[in-house]
Amino acid sequence: MPLLQVRGLTHYFGGLKAVANFNLDLEPGELVGIIGPNGAGKTTVFNLITGVYRPTEGQILLDGHNLVGLQPHAITNKGIARTFQTIRLFKDLSVLDNVRIACYSQVRYSPLAAFLHTQRFREEERQTREEALRLLDIFNLRRYAQAQAKNLPYGEQRRLEIARALATRPRLLLLDEPAAGMNPGEIQRLMELIQWLRREFQLTIILIEHQMRVVMGICERIQVLDFGETIAEGKPKEIQNHPRVLEAYLGKGVA
Amino acid sequence: MNRRWWLPLILALLFLLSILLPHFGILNLYLQQVLMYVGINIILTISLNLVNGYMGEFSVGHAGFMAIGAYISSLLTVWVFPKSWGPFVFPLVLILGGLGAALAGLIVAFPSFKTRGDYLAIVTLAFNMIIKSVLENIEAIGGPRGFMGMSKLTNVAWVYVWVLITIFAIRNFVFSAYGRGILSIREDEVAAELVSVNTRQTKILAFVISSFFAGIAGGLFAHVLQFINPRSFTILKSTDVLVMVYLGGIGSIMGSILGASIYTILLELLRPLGVWRWVVGPLLLVILMVTRPRGIMGLREARWLLPAEEVQADAAVTS
Repeated sequence: MPLLQVRGLTHYFGGLKAVANFNLDLEPGELVGIIGPNGAGKTTVFNLITGVYRPTEGQILLDGHNLVGLQPHAITNKGIARTFQTIRLFKDLSVLDNVRIACYSQVRYSPLAAFLHTQRFREEERQTREEALRLLDIFNLRRYAQAQAKNLPYGEQRRLEIARALATRPRLLLLDEPAAGMNPGEIQRLMELIQWLRREFQLTIILIEHQMRVVMGICERIQVLDFGETIAEGKPKEIQNHPRVLEAYLGKGVA
Repeated sequence: MNRRWWLPLILALLFLLSILLPHFGILNLYLQQVLMYVGINIILTISLNLVNGYMGEFSVGHAGFMAIGAYISSLLTVWVFPKSWGPFVFPLVLILGGLGAALAGLIVAFPSFKTRGDYLAIVTLAFNMIIKSVLENIEAIGGPRGFMGMSKLTNVAWVYVWVLITIFAIRNFVFSAYGRGILSIREDEVAAELVSVNTRQTKILAFVISSFFAGIAGGLFAHVLQFINPRSFTILKSTDVLVMVYLGGIGSIMGSILGASIYTILLELLRPLGVWRWVVGPLLLVILMVTRPRGIMGLREARWLLPAEEVQADAAVTS
């Protein structure tokens, strides 16, 4: 059974059709890329899947269960996490707290237990901290644990965002242009990191990316959007020479 | 092994002093009164800081919650319980007043799901005005003339105890998953939801806890003054609390303690200036906002207020 099924997803901003009849079947463990020119509706698809917007039409099913209408945190708790095109860390908070906040729903103690500092509260807080530090270790961020997130170098901020997303214990990870603003060396390491994470955390991944090197290099399947419509889908090789894709990126007459 | 064995000791010593100094007349009645106002203002400031500082909303109706606590507790001590029971039921009465205020806080929390910033400020402003108008129009509790007949149940020791409860309750809350959820709302509400924070739940908690302690402060206030009227709880009173929050610094309990103490004592010292002293507060606020917009402590916390586990674990991380 597919992990994620998106059926006929359509979304309007006022009169503007941002996403039209978007369909996607995602098997567990797949790594799928979504590409397309600016304004093609890629990030809107992420916002619809994660519940930031409610779709005008269409169905989104995770393990066959409907996600449409749930609040974003409820969707996150069902196992979908994401990163953002422009970094959205909790800037004034510490790196450690950025990750600990993402453990919010794993906490079982009541507010009263927090007031009274009960044994259970202390034990769960200790576990949360350990979990967060473990993730920071994986991303080589532990030495920044006490630093304010905004003071981290750009590449580290990107990694912290992924660490924070993983703290919610997702099965499906949505990465929104993770390579934006990175140099070739950093991009290479990012590609290795994504593939390693996928194995290590048994993730299914949807990747939005402009860097063709990343998309062509690691995605098994690619879906191309233009003006909200899916204009092509297939293996990287097929997409590279697809006439409608070339047209969308370069204009008519090229193909 | 408690690294901070001296903290409970100092707090206990202060408690003894808060009983002994007034008892032996070392503190005269006027100084006692000033101390009690400082304490009540600390409770108000810390509780408002939870919503305005930690959560980053802008509530301007804190006096409304205070009024509810003040009236409920006063009605209970004057009408419900015999006067002789007063000292014994006082903690219960305060808590009931606090719960009444918390219920109002719950109601105000709901609009906060959909609105924030300026619009939520207007909602809280309207709430403050509604409370005042309602109190003015209920003849049975004195209407605009106010309500009296309370015994002077509040003393320095009680205020001190409630200040400690407020400090440690809110400190413990802020340094929990719920508290971190509140911080994440201030930083980026959408991102908070997307990393699993139930923002509605945390907003409700913040408003309910904040208004509960405002209600407690109202009850203490009513039983110092032994007379309350709706005009004590207008937007002006709310503004005073705002000044103390931003003077001391947002997102800091130590800041609130400092802000409330400095502002309250300063206004007392400036009493000879007469009406002019009311210019000082706002002027102070303007100067502060220009030169140090985050207040004295802004987003920093005094070390003694950090939970021991956090400090120890943090030290372990960096070593």
